[in-house]
Amino acid sequence: MSEEQKATKELIPVYIMGKRYMVPPSLTIMKALEYAGYRLIRGVGCRGGFCGACGTAYRILGDPKLYFGLACQTVVQPNMYLAQLPFFPARRATYNIAELEPTATTLFSLYPEVLRCLGCGTCTKACPQEIDVRRYMAAGMRGDIALMADISFDCLMCGLCAARCPAEEAQYNIAILARRLYGRYLAPRSPHLENRLSEIESGAFDDELEELKKLSQDELKARYKARTIEP
Amino acid sequence: MSGYPPEMQESIRLVERTRPQRLKETFPSMSLEQRNEVLKAFHPDYKEETFQAIRVGVSKGQRMPIELARIVEGRPHIGPDFDLSHPVAETDVLVIGGGGAGASAALLAQEHGAKVIIVTKLRFGDANTVMAQGGIQAADRPEDSPPIHYLDVIGGGHFTNVPELVEALVKDAPYVIKWLEELGMMFDKSPDGVMMEEHGGGTSRKRMHSARDYTGAEIMRTLRDEVRNREEDITVIEFSPAVELVLDDKGQVAGAVVVNLETGIYSFIKAKAVVLATGGGGRLHYQGFPTTNHYGATADGVVLAYRAGAPLGYLESMQYHPTGAAFPEQILGQLVTEKVRGLGAQPVNKLGLQFVYPLEPRDVEAAAFIRECLERGNGIVTPTGQPGVWLDSPMIDIIHGPGTTERALPAMVRQYRRFGIDMTKEPILVYPTLHYQNGGVRLRADASTDVPGLFIAGEVSGGVHGHNRLMGNSLLEITVFGRRAGRSAATYAQGVTLGQPNLAHVAAWNRELEEVGIETGVIAPILLPDYARHEV
Repeated sequence: MSEEQKATKELIPVYIMGKRYMVPPSLTIMKALEYAGYRLIRGVGCRGGFCGACGTAYRILGDPKLYFGLACQTVVQPNMYLAQLPFFPARRATYNIAELEPTATTLFSLYPEVLRCLGCGTCTKACPQEIDVRRYMAAGMRGDIALMADISFDCLMCGLCAARCPAEEAQYNIAILARRLYGRYLAPRSPHLENRLSEIESGAFDDELEELKKLSQDELKARYKARTIEP
Repeated sequence: MSGYPPEMQESIRLVERTRPQRLKETFPSMSLEQRNEVLKAFHPDYKEETFQAIRVGVSKGQRMPIELARIVEGRPHIGPDFDLSHPVAETDVLVIGGGGAGASAALLAQEHGAKVIIVTKLRFGDANTVMAQGGIQAADRPEDSPPIHYLDVIGGGHFTNVPELVEALVKDAPYVIKWLEELGMMFDKSPDGVMMEEHGGGTSRKRMHSARDYTGAEIMRTLRDEVRNREEDITVIEFSPAVELVLDDKGQVAGAVVVNLETGIYSFIKAKAVVLATGGGGRLHYQGFPTTNHYGATADGVVLAYRAGAPLGYLESMQYHPTGAAFPEQILGQLVTEKVRGLGAQPVNKLGLQFVYPLEPRDVEAAAFIRECLERGNGIVTPTGQPGVWLDSPMIDIIHGPGTTERALPAMVRQYRRFGIDMTKEPILVYPTLHYQNGGVRLRADASTDVPGLFIAGEVSGGVHGHNRLMGNSLLEITVFGRRAGRSAATYAQGVTLGQPNLAHVAAWNRELEEVGIETGVIAPILLPDYARHEV
């Protein structure tokens, strides 16, 4: 067997939007696209599983099930049929966070479609972050903003849930409203922070900072070495 | 389950054997002299042959990685005769960059009365901000203070930071936390509302605020959502990076030329002030290092600002994050947050022994990892030949109780589980990865630069962190200086009278390149790395 045949033998077939390419089996979908010769503009962002730009739908030849993943975090499989969903249209409400109340009424008036959720769970199956989207939507229908915020916390807003929803929800947009309502109104406030702000306001640290700014490198080094480290 | 090959599993047994003893003792931290020694011998910044001094422009002589110098000395996309007579849009403030700094700047500019346009290379929010996991520093606990924060920042930066910038950073910090909280960001808090704060490398007090290990993502999506709520005043244009700043006949900024990445069409957006918030350049892969950075991190802002006449600084110093993923191959170089060490996981060698204090400043920690692998031969080598050291992540649940890792580091746990590794039961393999551009365009405390009307915020700038940034100070920097830049730009825009827009600086730049005889063959900014395989 020639070197070339050996190398080819180690490759596997994947179908990018229906077109067959041979790629190394160890690659992520994103790197496989690039190996196939694509220079990506859409469907690529952080390349580290945080931005949600590379949502991808795929099937495996002969398997009726539909799978979802992030292209930068999912390894290719033989006979994978894939298409990226770099953008999906979804409605978002416009609001002024400072004028809202953290209540079910707020949620329902900005997003009346919350109440149309069928509870089918298609969204949960589509989520590449393994978030139980159905469960947070159910929490939303009950007006439980804190629970909706907590369950949806790891959402990257890739939009795959909305792409699959038969009730035409844009779950991820509703979820960020819940999280912002929670963060602003429901989470308890830190007393330390308020104290520190009034101290800064009153100029409590100004002299010390002025002094530090004027120190020579050697004086700064001495101060730095003498710091106590909180255990 | 174990996603590790048998040879690596053998070393894991040694790590498990030493763990009970290690739970009782931590390797001592280095003196300033020891730090210098390991840095000089092993940090990538000290490899002289990989650096070059730039030969043109106002900061002629500034040393920087060769890969960056090639781009800085590159040719513009457009010629000086590009038609500026029909701008496609006019605005008060043009923000270039759609990460956390750009979003902060847009919000504050709008609050100060400006109409704003944000142009961004990828989607709004696809930036390094979303990838920052560990936290944001702010001295708000009674045991802490802005002056203590100041000392930590300046010591971590090797005492070369610009004092006024550090002062702005530490003094604004508590305000930024308050601002984010009021925008609805979900910080980690105990039930009584007290912020849960941890150490980061080089901190003397616990001041790392977090939102699980999605801190940057939580900041970004909150700021982005808020920008979208103000669509009457802030327009966002995606997939349209800037390729050149435009000045007027008085040398003031007058906007920028952007390119639509999908159609290839160049157009001029006229603006009274510009905020440059384009981030860093990890995708230039200095010295062949993998990177934690997003796809668009190609140092565009350094190129744009420099050609327009803004001085550069500190670019001889890049940050290599000590803990990039070294295994599995699919996630090579991706970030393993410093919070893993903040929560108690120790770095250990192939024998299961500690060799460095877990929370040295990043450059020191990274250099110590490289020394352990390359000089002492105590690294673990993966089947693809990648060296690394263990980060003993199972210690976290032992120290803080079962379930802690899952709760505090859901992104990390998920990342490794996708590849068959349970980091709550098995250690993870790490090695330094290119993370952050310490230097960049010089700025003043009000975020202004030497070019009138050009303001700057975030990783594209240089001076805040000196020669090494501490963890949790970049999410802080983008918000502190993003806000300052937005405020300054809006105020400036109210008072400025624009002259005739022109590209005389492009003609001057080309002339200077020709006089010195430079032809790098690069059209800069490069906008995106080219990872596509071209041969068949």
